[in-house]
Amino acid sequence: MNALIILFLIVGTLFNFLGTVALYRFPDVYTRLHGTTKCTTFGSIFTSAAVVLFALQKLASSGEGRFGTLAVHAVIAVAALLITNPTGAHAIARAAHRSGIMPKFAVVDRLAEDQKKKGGVSA
Amino acid sequence: MVIFVFSVIVYLLLAWSGNGIDMAEVIIGIVLGAILAFAAKVWNPRKFFSFYGLNPARWGMFIIYLFGPFLLGMIKANLDVAMRVITGKIRPGIVRINSGLKGTLATTMLANSITLTPGTLTVDISEDPEGGNLFYIHWINVTDENPEEGLVYGTFGKWARRVAE
Repeated sequence: MNALIILFLIVGTLFNFLGTVALYRFPDVYTRLHGTTKCTTFGSIFTSAAVVLFALQKLASSGEGRFGTLAVHAVIAVAALLITNPTGAHAIARAAHRSGIMPKFAVVDRLAEDQKKKGGVSA
Repeated sequence: MVIFVFSVIVYLLLAWSGNGIDMAEVIIGIVLGAILAFAAKVWNPRKFFSFYGLNPARWGMFIIYLFGPFLLGMIKANLDVAMRVITGKIRPGIVRINSGLKGTLATTMLANSITLTPGTLTVDISEDPEGGNLFYIHWINVTDENPEEGLVYGTFGKWARRVAE
């Protein structure tokens, strides 16, 4: 059981680390968002899973109610993270595109094409 | 109604100390839930007393979705992005997809699923005059400039339709 908890912690920290590296490696705001949203969400899920496992193990061995609370709180934190993280990334990406930051090295940008078309029709 | 039920449940889970719940906590939870539900009434007044979003069959389906295809897609996505972080191989672009979804809940669910899975990030959503919502998706590895639904996000569109519409 302890080995599993340590494994989860290692995997979670590794993904969080990769998310941070992605901030430096990638060229523009959109690709950076890929790294930061996906890797950090996934890493945090793993660290929280380690917390849940630890709490359940303690609950089973000692029977104290506070470890049950710990597990429930970790699960609620993961649920909140799963909802807010993609929403925030979406808001940042949309705001960036609206303020005219174009994706670097993009092979195709349908959103800019469609906005130009709409502007052409109304103007 | 759905906001009220959820606030009460989450409040009770947070207030639970591991040994059972006081009656006072339940009352506080109900009062707080009612305040939140009234505060959120402005956004959709028509659904205030309806049971929209509380269908247990749909919630069961949502949980199957969450632990089945979604978790699998997420693991794949993270390995993929991790490889791209290390090797630096990217071919980004923004593609357009008509999802055919109409409801706000289904759209939100699909947009969030897309953001959390294989190399894709929802940038903008607009309504198609022919029906359905258009998704503008930033894709980290563009293989096709006019892709089909399945190529970008697999079966998530079907699941969103089944669960939330």
